[in-house]
Amino acid sequence: MTSKRGDGRAALLYLVPAGVVLLALMAYPIYQLVVISLFDYGQPQASGAAPLVFLGFDNYVDLLSDPQFWDVLGTTVVFAGVCVVGSLVVGTALAVLASRARAAPRLLLFLAALGAWATPTMAGSYVWLFLFDQDFGLVNETLASLGFGGMRGHSWTFERFSAFGLVAGEIVWCSFPFVMVTMYAGIKAIPGEVLEAAALDGASARRTATEVILPILRPLLMIATIQSIIWDFKVFTQIYVMTNGGGVAGQNLVLNVFAYQKAFAGEQYGFGAAIGVVMTVLLLMITGLYVRAQRGVR
Amino acid sequence: MNIRRTLTIAALGVLAIGCAPPQASNNGQQQSGATTGELRVWLFQEAANTAKESVVAEAKAEFEAKHKGVTVSVEYLPVDGRATRFNGAFNDKASAPDIAEFGNTDLAGYTASNGFADLTKDIDAWPDSKDLVPEVLDTATVDGKAYGIPWFTGTRALYYRTDVFTELGLRPPKSLKELTETARQIRTARPDLYGIAVGGKYQFALLPYIWANGGDVAKQDGDTWKSTIDSKAARDGLRQYAELLRDDICPPAQCAQLTGSQSVAAFAGGKAAMTIGGDFNRAAVEAGAVKGKYGVVPLPGKDSGTIAPAFAGGNLLGVFRSSQRHTLSLEFIKLLGGKSYQEKLYGAMGNMPTFADVQDKIANDDEFLAPFIKTVQAGTKFVPATPAWTKIDAAAVLPTAVQQVATGQLDVDAATSAAAAEMNEAFSG
Repeated sequence: MTSKRGDGRAALLYLVPAGVVLLALMAYPIYQLVVISLFDYGQPQASGAAPLVFLGFDNYVDLLSDPQFWDVLGTTVVFAGVCVVGSLVVGTALAVLASRARAAPRLLLFLAALGAWATPTMAGSYVWLFLFDQDFGLVNETLASLGFGGMRGHSWTFERFSAFGLVAGEIVWCSFPFVMVTMYAGIKAIPGEVLEAAALDGASARRTATEVILPILRPLLMIATIQSIIWDFKVFTQIYVMTNGGGVAGQNLVLNVFAYQKAFAGEQYGFGAAIGVVMTVLLLMITGLYVRAQRGVR
Repeated sequence: MNIRRTLTIAALGVLAIGCAPPQASNNGQQQSGATTGELRVWLFQEAANTAKESVVAEAKAEFEAKHKGVTVSVEYLPVDGRATRFNGAFNDKASAPDIAEFGNTDLAGYTASNGFADLTKDIDAWPDSKDLVPEVLDTATVDGKAYGIPWFTGTRALYYRTDVFTELGLRPPKSLKELTETARQIRTARPDLYGIAVGGKYQFALLPYIWANGGDVAKQDGDTWKSTIDSKAARDGLRQYAELLRDDICPPAQCAQLTGSQSVAAFAGGKAAMTIGGDFNRAAVEAGAVKGKYGVVPLPGKDSGTIAPAFAGGNLLGVFRSSQRHTLSLEFIKLLGGKSYQEKLYGAMGNMPTFADVQDKIANDDEFLAPFIKTVQAGTKFVPATPAWTKIDAAAVLPTAVQQVATGQLDVDAATSAAAAEMNEAFSG
């Protein structure tokens, strides 16, 4: 009993540094975010020219009764879903490819993937925009020279779905390497004996894949999925840069860009904070799933 | 356990309600302050900034020679990121400069934040101020108080390609309707050109269309404002403007996202036969492919031979309320914003001065300015002078309406009704 209590104390002591950092960098800002979301807090209030008015949950009521919010939330969920599935499929497929390729091509594949991974989001977004530029982009140029003359001067960011598709392509491009590396490590960690045993039992390649390899990889796949969900739900830079702040008439807004437009461009810090709180709650729920999945791994 | 949880939640609730978000204190009295030390100045970064820098450097040298122990340090801010810089300065005095250049459309928002010092008495006491054009001084005024010295004004007019017009046997349009027809005619004959380069995000090109049709974006009603963008006249104007964003004039795929400077850039690059541009765009157009091949006329109005009311744009020089060197700052803006340096700035950048006598002096020997001065004299208009306009502007309410019409998502009535609802929400606070 006493030794157990001593253990607990030691554990607490070890947790203190991380706890202090978390409190200062996470708990306090989130506390401020919540407080601000309860006030009518705009630029005049921040600079002290107008009195603070406590609104209670009015900002939340306004937000939840704003049809645009639900619209944007729906769009964000679908868009994040497409990006997650895209990165998982591409990442896993390339991981399988890498596990079967010889050393030299594998090295090239990894270099290319890590290059995409290491590219800063801003730079990546602009490079994609340049590639797909309507007048000078390599893509239109190539398509036109291949006989698709109609593609000359085609704008990829004008139509809603075309713009979302382009951004999704960029996001998949910069986030598949994480999935690929994770899955590759998982595949390499499968003991040879297991596969050998399956082969001796006469399992077909398909059966080996679905009933031996996949169950072993499942926890990893779960983690990669949830991490991707969290990242892609929070996407900001790509949409902001590539669709010029949310697209024609706001057709490409996602939740984070919407929050930015309201909070900072529109100087409604209180309302923006409410969006921030709602997003935090949503992501905490997903993180809860993540923590549970990790427990499963152990 | 349950009691504990309830208590925790109650405690958190009290904490949340008991504490308020941080507020800067910005209500102190203005002081004349120190007469030596560093004078910090924020000016906007222009496309061709060296010309501006040389004029400012001259003013700085003259001021420092006259005031011993004073150094003037100038920082050039990009126009696009100005909101965060100014808001940061209002919230944190330590990061605030003493003097700033700012756009007159931002003034109402800045005064709502108590950002700038009231200069009414100082400007009244300044002998040169009687020569300031009254309409221009009005754009520096909120609720009867002046917050800045107008440094230069900006007016827009119609730029057109003289070579293309000659080639096709056209003449500059005399009415907005004729403008649309001319633009369509040009694109039919020369599919490589936009009939006119204007954009979904070019609010200052849209406004003259609304005004020329007899409409306005909002109307002041006592202390509050009410949107009038859904009135018939305003709708006619928006419809007429959105008609330009069609495949047979300026295709929406290319033009729906264009801003003002991008529209002018398209014209300067030789991609358009016309555009709506300002006197301040002269350098950009001169530096482009169309140098020597363009002319400027006032943007026509609804009826043949009339001129569309132009937006009275312009920048002011103001003193931050938090400045520790109020008197010194005032002396500096009277120098930099005074007659002699306005004339020098015009010489370097082509910016139109705000003093009537300086305007007259330069108008006589600069043919280029004639259409702009004609436009100003025909009467100018301004956006609603209320802090809510900052929100409406930032939320791109009017550009969104134009884009919705141009892309066919909504018709004019639905788009303007939605815009009016959003504007009224902003006006009601």
